[in-house]
Amino acid sequence: MLLNPFEIIIMIIALAAGTMITRFTPFLLFPEGKTQPAVITWLGKALPPAMMGLLVIYCLRHVSFTAAPHGLPEFLAIGAIALVHLWRRNVLLSIGGGTVLYMILVQLVFA
Amino acid sequence: MKQSPKQSTETTKKSAEAPTRRRITEFRQAARAALPLTLPVLTGFLFLGIAFGVLMQTKGYHVGWSVLMSICVFGGSIQFIAVTLLTVAFNPLQAFLMSLLVNARHLFYGLSMLDRYRGLGKIRAFLVFALCDETYSIVSSVAVPSTINKKYFYIIVSAADYLYWVIGTLCGGLLGRFVSFNTKGLDFVLTALFVVLFIEQFKTKENRLPGIIGLACTTVGLALAGPQNLILPSMGLILVSLLIMRKIQCS
Repeated sequence: MLLNPFEIIIMIIALAAGTMITRFTPFLLFPEGKTQPAVITWLGKALPPAMMGLLVIYCLRHVSFTAAPHGLPEFLAIGAIALVHLWRRNVLLSIGGGTVLYMILVQLVFA
Repeated sequence: MKQSPKQSTETTKKSAEAPTRRRITEFRQAARAALPLTLPVLTGFLFLGIAFGVLMQTKGYHVGWSVLMSICVFGGSIQFIAVTLLTVAFNPLQAFLMSLLVNARHLFYGLSMLDRYRGLGKIRAFLVFALCDETYSIVSSVAVPSTINKKYFYIIVSAADYLYWVIGTLCGGLLGRFVSFNTKGLDFVLTALFVVLFIEQFKTKENRLPGIIGLACTTVGLALAGPQNLILPSMGLILVSLLIMRKIQCS
């Protein structure tokens, strides 16, 4: 432990403040009582699918295509998730099955 | 639905208690709809929470500090970065700026939840506080059935995910050293969650182009800025692309 308790508490407050500013700002900028601009309402509907795309790529940001196994476990698992999900439309089955397949791939097949 | 007839006669008998009972029933129904959806988050957060608790402990920080940080900050990526920040010189300004940058994507989460989180009363402050990636992905992608109380649904998803993270951290700090089975690849459960919710979003026709924009812009952002700094450029590209798309659609 490098920092003393007082310093750790200051660090936690600094980290929490940064996070909370990003979470609360939109709600403070556009309070409940006031009508928000049409473009904000529109963005509110268009952003969720776009951010889901961002999160998928964000999760894969460390995958290397140049070094073995060239992102193969990720692509196979995501392909399987998509197929199973389009077939059964069962959220837990798709996620559970995809994760187990990925674990098998990275632990046994591409180990 | 396990509503016994006995229960319903009791509710009519004591009308003063009726609202409370109705609320309990509504809460149970919302829990039945919401909790299964949080199971992937339970898996991912226990795993990552444990990893965080163990990591903090190996750097010499008592489990109490790890749990306090999870309670106050509640942000996966920034907390892992914080472990590194806590092992170099004391620099709270750097920690604050880093936290702003890494979590900037939450600005867009808030924008998309303005309407859904409208008129929910004081509890809204908690919902905003706990709006992490995983909670956002569920509450923004899942259409809450009309029979379910939306407010309770949002509260249950948010509170459950928050507790999973704090409990995971506690477990990691207390007994993480004794976990020895091979967990490699388990964190993929959160990637899988986002992939599935992306597909769910894609079911709706109007969501398809924004979804593709999200994938494409973040891929470009990754190529331009690299894995450490992709969030801000990607968000900028997404915003500009969506606004162009709106302009074209409107004209």
